[in-house]
Amino acid sequence: MSKNKKTAAVLLILVVLIAVIPLFALKGAEFGGSDDAGSVMIEKIQGEYTPWFTPVLETALDGELPGEVESLIFCVQTGIGVGIIAFIMGRFVERKKWQNMEE
Amino acid sequence: MSKKEKILFRAAIAFALMFAVTPAVNAMHIMEGYLPVKYCIAWGAICVPFLVAGVISLKKRVAENRKAITLIAMSGAFIFVLSSLKIPSVTGSCSHMTGTGLGAILFGPAAVSILGIIVLLFQAVLLAHGGLTTLGANTFSMAIAGPLLSFGIYMLCKKLKANRKVSVFLAAFLGDLFTYCVTSIQLALAYPSEAGGVAASAVKFLGVFAPTQLPLAVIEGILTVIIVMAMESYAKPELKAIGFLKEAR
Repeated sequence: MSKNKKTAAVLLILVVLIAVIPLFALKGAEFGGSDDAGSVMIEKIQGEYTPWFTPVLETALDGELPGEVESLIFCVQTGIGVGIIAFIMGRFVERKKWQNMEE
Repeated sequence: MSKKEKILFRAAIAFALMFAVTPAVNAMHIMEGYLPVKYCIAWGAICVPFLVAGVISLKKRVAENRKAITLIAMSGAFIFVLSSLKIPSVTGSCSHMTGTGLGAILFGPAAVSILGIIVLLFQAVLLAHGGLTTLGANTFSMAIAGPLLSFGIYMLCKKLKANRKVSVFLAAFLGDLFTYCVTSIQLALAYPSEAGGVAASAVKFLGVFAPTQLPLAVIEGILTVIIVMAMESYAKPELKAIGFLKEAR
């Protein structure tokens, strides 16, 4: 394995560890969004606060987006991104292979 | 697509899905309706010149060299991926990264403002995450202020002739953190504490965001380094074309 690949592998493992360790270290924690913590803080400073505008989607749906559907849309977002990156990277990798063969 | 690529592609998607299903509602960004009207308009107005500069800069890039398109697409996709991954953090709450560092390093902060606002619009409209009224403020923090700092840090490191990987890491890491510092200040300006005013309020908001964001900023730094490494080994012609790598071999 080249040095670059090794570094990449070590770094990736590090990323996974940083992401996963809190899950096990803080058993039973809620892992809600820190936005919610933000709105709690606003209420602490300002007293009761009602948002003056509801998201367009929530108005259209007459309520919150179901959690499952929300995770679906987040997946779609990730999928679009990963798709583009994988497609372009795939082409680059292939191109390099062909270039090496011609040389 | 070769068989190997197919497998890699599937593995990448599976990897992404693993993170994406973390069932946390709402993370980062200022929520819809939580910023008074005058602030919404003010932040929106501040963003306009940057967005205009962004369109001009992107057009120029593409006119200069068609090859830039692939890297622009990748930078945009990188923001898409990273800002959709909500990751548990040491404080027991979840947050997500910005992913704007890569674009800032490659194309400068102006171009990223366009890429960033696309993602923010997507999330505001489809996910009720962030919001249309707070779009200006969120664009400023995530797509303008953060990338601006990333770009500055990277340029500084380049001047000091620091190791490229270290510079990329620092730029992405600090850019991510700075995004949330700006968010805190934006909230503080709108909601100053009764005792201590804006400053005390900013400290309070930072206290909520900073500890959560710190490990994520580290992850963002590392991921940006990895993708830059991949680009360096496979996309040299493109990187040279946009002036990221020097022409001489």
